[in-house]
Amino acid sequence: MADQGARALLEITDLKIEATAYPPGEPPQDITIVDGVSLQLQKGRVLGLIGESGAGKSTIGLSAMSYGRGGVRLTGGKILLNGQEIRTAGPGKLRRIRGHTVTYVAQSAAAAFNPAKKLMDQVIETSLQHGIMGRSEAEKRAVWLFDTLGLPNPTRFGNRYPHQVSGGQLQRAMTAMALCPKPDLVIFDEPTTALDVTTQIDVLAAIKEAIRDTGVGALYITHDLAVVAQVSDEIMVLRGGKMVEYGPVDQIINAPRQEYTKALVTVRQIEHPEKPADAPVVLEVDRVTARYRGTNFDVLKNISVELRQGQTLAVVGESGSGKSTLARAITGLLPPTKGSIHFAGRELSATLAGRTRDDLRELQMIYQMADVAMNPRHTVGTIIGRPLEFYFGLKGDAKRKRIQQLLDEIEMGKGFIDRYPAELSGGQKQRVCIARALAAKPKLIICDEVTSALDPLVADGILKLLQELQKVEGVAYLFITHDLATVKAIADSIAVMYRGEVVRYGPKSQVLSPPFDDYTDLLLSSVPEMRLGWLEEVLAHRRMESAGN
Amino acid sequence: MKRIPLLALIGLAITTAYFLAAIFAPLIAPYPMGATPGGSWQPASAQFWLGTDSIGRDLLSRLIWGGRITIAIATVATLLSFTTGAILGFTAAVVGGWVDQALSRFVDLIMSIPSLIFALVVLSVMPVTVVTLILVMGLLDSTRVFRLARAVAADIVVMDYVEAARLRGEGRIWIIFREVLPNSLSPLVAEMGMRFIFQVLLLSTLSFLGLGVQPPLTDWGGIVKENKDGIVYGVPAALYPAIAIATLAISVNLVADWVLNRTTSLKGGRNG
Repeated sequence: MADQGARALLEITDLKIEATAYPPGEPPQDITIVDGVSLQLQKGRVLGLIGESGAGKSTIGLSAMSYGRGGVRLTGGKILLNGQEIRTAGPGKLRRIRGHTVTYVAQSAAAAFNPAKKLMDQVIETSLQHGIMGRSEAEKRAVWLFDTLGLPNPTRFGNRYPHQVSGGQLQRAMTAMALCPKPDLVIFDEPTTALDVTTQIDVLAAIKEAIRDTGVGALYITHDLAVVAQVSDEIMVLRGGKMVEYGPVDQIINAPRQEYTKALVTVRQIEHPEKPADAPVVLEVDRVTARYRGTNFDVLKNISVELRQGQTLAVVGESGSGKSTLARAITGLLPPTKGSIHFAGRELSATLAGRTRDDLRELQMIYQMADVAMNPRHTVGTIIGRPLEFYFGLKGDAKRKRIQQLLDEIEMGKGFIDRYPAELSGGQKQRVCIARALAAKPKLIICDEVTSALDPLVADGILKLLQELQKVEGVAYLFITHDLATVKAIADSIAVMYRGEVVRYGPKSQVLSPPFDDYTDLLLSSVPEMRLGWLEEVLAHRRMESAGN
Repeated sequence: MKRIPLLALIGLAITTAYFLAAIFAPLIAPYPMGATPGGSWQPASAQFWLGTDSIGRDLLSRLIWGGRITIAIATVATLLSFTTGAILGFTAAVVGGWVDQALSRFVDLIMSIPSLIFALVVLSVMPVTVVTLILVMGLLDSTRVFRLARAVAADIVVMDYVEAARLRGEGRIWIIFREVLPNSLSPLVAEMGMRFIFQVLLLSTLSFLGLGVQPPLTDWGGIVKENKDGIVYGVPAALYPAIAIATLAISVNLVADWVLNRTTSLKGGRNG
């Protein structure tokens, strides 16, 4: 760990963080969010905080500037920044520290920038506020940072407004904003989570280089162990507000000691042997072209794919590639302008209104955000029971029995039938959505990014469940995702989409083996791997840049 | 459950008292509605707690009977405006397209005419009965409810669960009543309090101008009208119904505010 001789930049001892919860129908109660966490960080080093949602990683990160979000209270322990206690410091002192000694990079750059002000003004704002440097000096430093972060046209980049740059560029601009006032410590809170893999890699490299060049200390918060392995010197694994394991990055990745860490390291290693292409075709998309009403360009261009019964077709691509639009075309929400869609041996009407009840029943959909895919005012029983009642006319006891059967199938058991979605965890919500789709006895389920909003271990559980259900029910999946690890885990065939076109399509073994076209190469190489030195290796071998850059 | 704030409690108490008085008017009013037991404009006494009105009727009894009519008409008109406004607003948002355009533009048209003037015109050509009053007040106000319901529903129909229902093949009735309605209830209920107050005020204004409730029936606005001349001679008879209108409006408002606060804080909004 850190050498004990030098004075630590940040030293947190036995930190305790509490908040007040207001459960509906019960008196308010105090809950402990972070309990007994200690850490140490030297200048110029990077500490990765990793854990699933609710692990307290962001809360610990923000405590390094003695800040508690939304009613969160730092109730115990010591937080020493440059040897000074800041947990109990007054607002005046904190004002001098925040935005100067410690700065913060948030997950959503789009939400963190003021859309009405130019980037340069926002990047240098804190430096001027704190009187650290004059305007011209600050602008010079900002340009240098833009350059270090690999932004195009560093001298003119600052004249743009936030909406005029891409998501990856905006994220790097926020990093520049954090580094501009020459801080001692920067807190990176999931800075690449909202980005495409192909963009994430550039931002990661830029952040890593900027940290090295400016010599700051950094707390890097993420849920993705493979990402944190690329940028950190040390890693702390958190779970439920408690420390699980803390050590040098090499040890955590290569020789984890705790069971939980081992699970995190081995996550996403589900292997799925490809099924032979002999089953009958259940879905055939034939030269489909589509555009949104009122626009003048095609979001889908001449797409042809097919999917066999009981198999999985993965559609991959970055945001804006048209993969979700393909799902909308198949479900009838966006009627194609050209081409046809055959399903279970019959041609589907282009519009939703023209489809029969059986067409609708046999083609189900599962969404990315399970929260908004379920009516918050309906119980689990109503949500799963409605398709039973609607398609099969089940009522009363027969319906309730079938609902319970479905709940058993998604491994949720008794006691959930009368609960509301708000009373379920993220993974449970997604399971209920799966049960709702299954209730219709579909031939095909379209899964739109169903695991991307979930924590890795929970996502793994969902993928395993989907595979199990495919074996039992013989249902086919059209699996839309940007995550190639998921694809490897579940697909039989793969279609790679780029700017509305299918650039590569075939059985999994064929699509994932060389020779690659440039885009597939970029996509495949951008998926973070759980080993040290991966980032540098990939950057040295790249052939093209992502569309978002 | 968080504690009910003091102001909301006061509002709740006064509102309940008024509604109870309205419901049990025949039991608690000291005199029948039209009885003239005293001389005109007698001061408050043990026999007439608030004195008598211009032609010698007991003012307290008049207030209770008048309140019964005011509250009854305003309640029914509010319910009417909410059923029409909400159903049409939801339909506009769920169906969209030309249906939405037609309904919205029609509502814009009605809203561009000041409602008091519109009501005055309609009521001067039509026979003024309680039923016409309720219809005119309810339908005029339903334009406001339409706007709110459509806006709330427009936010809901883009949710994935509504799309899921559409993909399932559900009809509009299910989508409106089972998907949209339960999720838009709390803002609508909060708005209901406000609309009720406006109904009370509109009815009082109409009656004061002579186009509202017709004798022998009367409401609070009518009582102000009957006794307004007394103010010149220092007779406070016209003030009591005015105070009744004001206190009812304020107390319903306090309750509505609390309901709105509660529902928004559930979503992590105000009071966060």
